[in-house]
Amino acid sequence: MIDAIAEALQFGFMRHALAAGVLVSVACGIIGTFVVVKRIVFVSGGIAHAAYGGIGLGYFLGINPVLGAIGFSLAAALGMGLVQRKTRERADTLIGVMWAIGMALGIILVDLTQGYKADLMSYLFGSILAVPSSDLLIMLVLDLVIVSVVALFYKELLAVTFDEVFATVENVPVTGIYLLLMVMIALTVVMVMRVVGLILVIAMLTIPAAISARFVTGIRKMMVLSSALGAVLMIAGLWLSYFLDLTSGATIILFSGAAYLLSIVLQPLFRRSRAADRPRRTRVTLP
Amino acid sequence: MDNRRVKDARQEVISLRKVWASYDDRTVLEDVNLSVKPLDFIGIVGPNGGGKTTLFKVLLGLVPPTRGEVRIMGERVKRGRRHVGYVPQLMGFDSDFPIRVWDVTLMGRLGSRGLVQRYTSEDKETAADALRRVEMLDQRDRPFGDLSGGQRQRVYIARALANEPSILLLDEPLVSVDPRVSSSIYELLKKLNRTVTILMASHDIGAISSHVKTVGCLNRRLFYHGEDMLTPEMLELAYQCPVDLIAHGVPHRVFPEHMTRERD
Repeated sequence: MIDAIAEALQFGFMRHALAAGVLVSVACGIIGTFVVVKRIVFVSGGIAHAAYGGIGLGYFLGINPVLGAIGFSLAAALGMGLVQRKTRERADTLIGVMWAIGMALGIILVDLTQGYKADLMSYLFGSILAVPSSDLLIMLVLDLVIVSVVALFYKELLAVTFDEVFATVENVPVTGIYLLLMVMIALTVVMVMRVVGLILVIAMLTIPAAISARFVTGIRKMMVLSSALGAVLMIAGLWLSYFLDLTSGATIILFSGAAYLLSIVLQPLFRRSRAADRPRRTRVTLP
Repeated sequence: MDNRRVKDARQEVISLRKVWASYDDRTVLEDVNLSVKPLDFIGIVGPNGGGKTTLFKVLLGLVPPTRGEVRIMGERVKRGRRHVGYVPQLMGFDSDFPIRVWDVTLMGRLGSRGLVQRYTSEDKETAADALRRVEMLDQRDRPFGDLSGGQRQRVYIARALANEPSILLLDEPLVSVDPRVSSSIYELLKKLNRTVTILMASHDIGAISSHVKTVGCLNRRLFYHGEDMLTPEMLELAYQCPVDLIAHGVPHRVFPEHMTRERD
């Protein structure tokens, strides 16, 4: 076993894959925590699929598809963020529509593009085994940006996530902070997409954070635990896919999903009562 | 004329003059006038949909009035609201949210610290003091979602107090809290009222009117006369149903009759 691991590490792509896994986990652990506690998983899905439209546009215009994805996902994030802040009602419908249009636009634009486009699959299922050093550098920079922004605006992000009305009354620039969060989600989504693919973005944003929420209270602890957990799941899933010769992105997700189910079973051993297990409070309107 | 208005503003904690508010085309507040004096404890009652929440949103600057003028401590709402401690309804809270009592309370200091600034040790002392005043300091490390309704309401009050407010604004604070707990919260509010002006909305006339100093009735229009006694006519106008008043020399104690009579 040890020999096999040492042998695998001889390959540059395997070392790159491990580094990418760790870097992605940090971003996902931090941003995923906000996505999970604020219950905006659907919004991140919308952003991810809008990004696909950007990839199509990148191919169509002959520019780097990642640039197209970043542009599109930023536009989608800001658009959805503003719509949610301003109208509130029917935001989910609009997100659903953008989700579908982004995906369709990507496919049509790629159809219209002449020439070689086999690489497209890598955006759907990721290509953790083919991450170039330049992407690793971009991911590292992005991680540093996310960590510093969250550290600087921690109390505002927490307040906006917990109670927007109270934050507004305390004169916190709620819309600005919310859009900042949206932008960070968009950048993380594009980065994760390179590694595990569009279809599995949501899994990496939610699974580590959801597991962590079962065992710790407090956003900061949740971020640290989800980042660490994400890295463990990524690396373990990657080895599993290597030894079983399976698609890496999908193996990582299935392994993480199994860990999530296991956490539900194991949780009672760690904590006797946790709010997460109680049926959710429904809003009641009094007569 | 102008001089008198300035003088009035100084005596008033909150003043609303001819305030109208509406959602789309539906008028929710109609020509509302209210003058809150220091250390008042006013209960605003009225039917659901009568505009209580909208009135509070106007006071907090969350809904702009379509007409009229709102002043808090003589200032425009967006500046004046820093003097307000806001206590929301319990209903909106997501009990899965992973946060401790202490971190909820500290949010009351947000208005005193700018972006990027960290909470100071002074902020932490103020927050600890606020928790002590609501007798929740020993619970500071508990997850907020694990608390009972009454305890959560105490923490919300502590968060509002951490802002060192001149005014406490409570929007239906005792919905879904059992009567024994709610009377202990009324006791707490009575104590706080020695130094803080309180404005509180409720749909429960019976409970509120035996604890507050004065009552106003809101149903699009606000019926409130400060020193004057509440009249059955006011309540009838507000509720559009008959309510009997017993006010044996003690103004503003209102006991609604069980609704047996129907108004056509």
